[in-house]
Amino acid sequence: MHIQLQNIHKHFGDVKANDGITLEFEPGKIYGVLGENGAGKTTLMKVLSGYHKPDHGTIVIDWTDRSFFSPADALAAGIGMIYQDPLDVPSMRTVENYVLGRSGALAVDLGKAEEELTAFASTVGFEVNPRAYIDTLSLGERQQLELIRLLSLGADLLILDEPTTGISADQKEQLFNSLQKLAGKDGKIIILVSHKLSEVQELCDEVYVLRRGRKVGGVTLPATKQSLVSLMFEELPKRTERASYIREHTIMQLQDLQLSDGRILVGPLNLELHAGEVLGLAGLEGSGQQLLLRACAGLVEAESGKIIIEERDMTRFGYHKRREEGVAYMPSGRLEEGLVEGLSLTDHFVLAEPQHGFVIQRERYQQLTEERIDEYQIVGQSTSRVEELSGGNQQRALLALLRKSARLILLEHPTRGLDVRSAEWIWQVLFQRAAEGAGIIFFSADLDEIIERSDRIAAFSGGQMSRIVTADQTTTDELGHMIGGEL
Amino acid sequence: MTGRAWLRRLWPLAPVLGALVITSGLLLLFGVSPFEGFGALLQGAFGTEAKVLSVAAFWVPLTLAAAGLVVAFTAGLWNIGVEGQIVMGAVASSWLALRFDAPRPILLVAEILVAMAAGALWAGVVAIFKTRGGVHEIFGGLALNNIAIIFTNYLISGPWQPPEGGTFRGTVPFPEKALFPLLGVSRLSPLSIALTLGALAAVYFILRGTYWGLKLDALGRNPKSAFLLGVSSEREMILAMMFCGALAGLGGSVRVLSWFDSLRQSISGGIGFLALLVVMLALFRVVLVPFVAFFFSAVLSGSISLQLRTQLHSSLGGILTSVMVLLVLLFGDYRQLGIFGSRGGKALADE
Amino acid sequence: MNEVEWVRVLSSIVLQATPLMIAVCGETITERAGIVNLSLDGTMLLSAMIGFIAGLLTGSVWLGFLAAALIGGLFASILAFSTIRLRKDQFAVGFVLTLLGEELSAFLGQNYTRIPGESVRHWGIPILKDIPVIGPIFFDHDPVVYFAFVLVGLTWWWIFRTKPGLKLRSAGDRPETGFARGVNIQRLRYLYTIVGGALVGIAGAAYSLDIKLGWSEGHTRGLGWIALAIVIFGGWSPIRGALGALLFGASKALATVLQRRFPEVSVVAFNALPWVLMITVLTLVGSDVSERLILFAPRRFQSRLRHILRVRPPAALGKPFSPSSSGES
Repeated sequence: MHIQLQNIHKHFGDVKANDGITLEFEPGKIYGVLGENGAGKTTLMKVLSGYHKPDHGTIVIDWTDRSFFSPADALAAGIGMIYQDPLDVPSMRTVENYVLGRSGALAVDLGKAEEELTAFASTVGFEVNPRAYIDTLSLGERQQLELIRLLSLGADLLILDEPTTGISADQKEQLFNSLQKLAGKDGKIIILVSHKLSEVQELCDEVYVLRRGRKVGGVTLPATKQSLVSLMFEELPKRTERASYIREHTIMQLQDLQLSDGRILVGPLNLELHAGEVLGLAGLEGSGQQLLLRACAGLVEAESGKIIIEERDMTRFGYHKRREEGVAYMPSGRLEEGLVEGLSLTDHFVLAEPQHGFVIQRERYQQLTEERIDEYQIVGQSTSRVEELSGGNQQRALLALLRKSARLILLEHPTRGLDVRSAEWIWQVLFQRAAEGAGIIFFSADLDEIIERSDRIAAFSGGQMSRIVTADQTTTDELGHMIGGEL
Repeated sequence: MTGRAWLRRLWPLAPVLGALVITSGLLLLFGVSPFEGFGALLQGAFGTEAKVLSVAAFWVPLTLAAAGLVVAFTAGLWNIGVEGQIVMGAVASSWLALRFDAPRPILLVAEILVAMAAGALWAGVVAIFKTRGGVHEIFGGLALNNIAIIFTNYLISGPWQPPEGGTFRGTVPFPEKALFPLLGVSRLSPLSIALTLGALAAVYFILRGTYWGLKLDALGRNPKSAFLLGVSSEREMILAMMFCGALAGLGGSVRVLSWFDSLRQSISGGIGFLALLVVMLALFRVVLVPFVAFFFSAVLSGSISLQLRTQLHSSLGGILTSVMVLLVLLFGDYRQLGIFGSRGGKALADE
Repeated sequence: MNEVEWVRVLSSIVLQATPLMIAVCGETITERAGIVNLSLDGTMLLSAMIGFIAGLLTGSVWLGFLAAALIGGLFASILAFSTIRLRKDQFAVGFVLTLLGEELSAFLGQNYTRIPGESVRHWGIPILKDIPVIGPIFFDHDPVVYFAFVLVGLTWWWIFRTKPGLKLRSAGDRPETGFARGVNIQRLRYLYTIVGGALVGIAGAAYSLDIKLGWSEGHTRGLGWIALAIVIFGGWSPIRGALGALLFGASKALATVLQRRFPEVSVVAFNALPWVLMITVLTLVGSDVSERLILFAPRRFQSRLRHILRVRPPAALGKPFSPSSSGES
């Protein structure tokens, strides 16, 4: 099988996820697709595997144009994709999940299917228990099952999206061995979407690097990490000078903190945040940054370890209690979580600010809202419903809703989707808070923002936190390595 | 105004029209002319003063329960258990009426308060099963409805059985002083009218002017965001249910102390379920509730006369109202239909 | 009680549970596809009425059942259209349909109340019915009862042992996966909502043409709600659901027996038993109470117990699905 992607375009609203990408894949080789957050790799792979229809461009298989209407279509043509969270049915037994979607006789002969599954698994080098329920399996085992399933259905091209996040070292080795065998012996094409440089180096024959929806390079391995990093990350402009507000006083201390969301394990983390400090968290999305932020906010329970805020152990405090104690959290979804569609700006301030008595003193909040509208330069009225505001103004509103008294401010994507001037303005407001003594932790998909705005930076990769570097001394290179798993 | 704009403005009437057409069809099917049928229905509702008073008397508990349901719906809760809450309110009032003696004003106030407490408690149980036990409020509510009805039957045929023997129909009539003062020979009491208007005002005020009302609104619209803005979901849910239960309980009290004069077998008679329909047709807005409830009350009372006049079953009124609610529910939002051009509804756009 | 009496009681439990078993099968497949059809109580009343009248007018019980199935499917298709296509609240639409079905049944059936009509004829299965004890309990009924038992087995087989059944389960549990494997989720949801409704219709007619002969206003009132509860009780499995239906019948029979033993306690108090049972079971299903109880058991039984006790609703139950949004991020 020989595959070409020709001039693939895919837009989501204004966002150009893929902006004219042309790639070629030859049988028997393992390809790496590299890129930082938002580079467009997952979108491209979903186009290839039939999940998205491209707006423009063609998929050419063995010199014939093809278009897919569904993932099942793509699989029939020999293309299969294994997602980070494999697409299976948690409540089914392994063997049932294996059979789901196959054509053939009405009745399922479970005995026969079990035999077939076990036999097929062993040819690929895996051992499976066909009777186990999917929801009792580890992520690595579920990936193996998907791999087996796709191969048994005749996939000649396998796409693996970040397959090593959340699986054990043994499972990883097993997976890599079988991938090498599949490419080398059986002539399959393997595409590994990853951000971990050492894994790409270890496994791949060729690497394509994407940046902002375009292909910026193709490298035949072996190549140095250095060369990959410099392709993945643009050389960023030098950080602008800015006064540091860091004080002696410690706002938050994490002691051997361990977190888990069932998919990845984070920690154990040890960290100290000072008053006036801005700490930026870099890394591929879903590597543990969000989990850490939510744990600090009291939205995720710690598995073990301690969270000490303002010298008090708040590990067991819930979100509302921490909020009263001066912790402020700004989520990344605006209308999904953060703002309430249908309510006015004033309503939001009534809810967010401390309340007195039973009856709402409308004038008081009206005034407060208008003050904040002025202060945060929100284009809208105090009576405007939040869904009537533009995205940027919703973001400003979220920021304005953070209580003034907050000592610890936790931000997810503080300026996502904003123009340069608004972003600059939002950071001036945040620096003002820092100057007043608040500690700030944020993460962003945008590496420039992290370097430009932070005092110190840590990177996450597969749930592990890197060493912490100071922002004015680090380089794109150093960060690129950290994000790539070279902690 | 363009024709299209007119159509849009008149669209809310379409479900009403649709429901009339469907019920007319049913009338024709049974050989009754729709004019005659609906005429009899109107006559039955408003023909005499006594009939108007009866419509108003039925309106009272219906409006009370519906007003409470507006609060529960605002918080995003399906309080189908409102029926049982009405029953428990009635039982609690009956208990005082049968067993206690006090000067009339004190007795009446006590009857009202104990009914509200019983309704609130019955609703609180559903809420706690929901927040702590993971039982959906629809199923918790249904179970408690049935238990309340069974409990009533037990009381009527057991401890509160009239001395002359088990008729299984109801308790002995309560003493005069335990009953609401009535208007003439009707079943309507000025007291219950006042209570209902008070309840409507209270609900309106709570939802418009208080922190609690705003919290419930936020919770009903987007629980995640509401939580992040500081709303404690569990507490507010339980309170919203209990508030609704208290008003439903009050409705139950009105049923035994002015509509009837004793505790009967089916003391609520489906008023709770009707109230759910009322709130849906009122688009979940408390200002519309009294009018929609009055419409329901008129249609249902009218259809009882219809049955006497034309021998047609009184369920015609129920069909008229429920078809109307169904049509409003399905097609009330013209944007979703895409028949008026412009922007299609959001839900369809992403299909 | 002597043996003959016990056998009679058990036999009547089986008979009484029959329509519930059919309705539970119907609702189970609907919910397995991810849709809650709350309108069972109204659908059953309406189809009991239609089934009775159709049987009376045509002189054939089987045409009666057919008419009931059609009306049940039709009613369900309203729900399917409004929730799948218009994306309306399933509970709201289902609830209104419940009341509408009840009113319609009272109105349309008004001239046919309390009159004799067609009924399914008794037909004991030869040989089997002569087996002592078991024979009279299970095999000395009529075809509708046997149909219910066959249906339970068939539905179970369909859900758990066939390829379409696997697709059905994927639609209710993780529609994204089903979609990726080539399942047309929306079409499948339409199909199972309508077929489920038709079965509920048959259940309604099973009352009016067989178990509770004839028609009167509110003939089967409340039984639809019970069927809904049994679906949950049965953990979305037809066999457990059937056991639930039998248990419900048994608890009613038990109430009668207990009443005879303890005449001083009112019969209505025993009637509350099924409802108390229902809410207890729902709590066990819905909360972590069962998990805590399991921890008391000996360690080697724990995992097996967990599978028996902990049933989870289909994960996507009540949630709309659109293929385009599922692929994003």
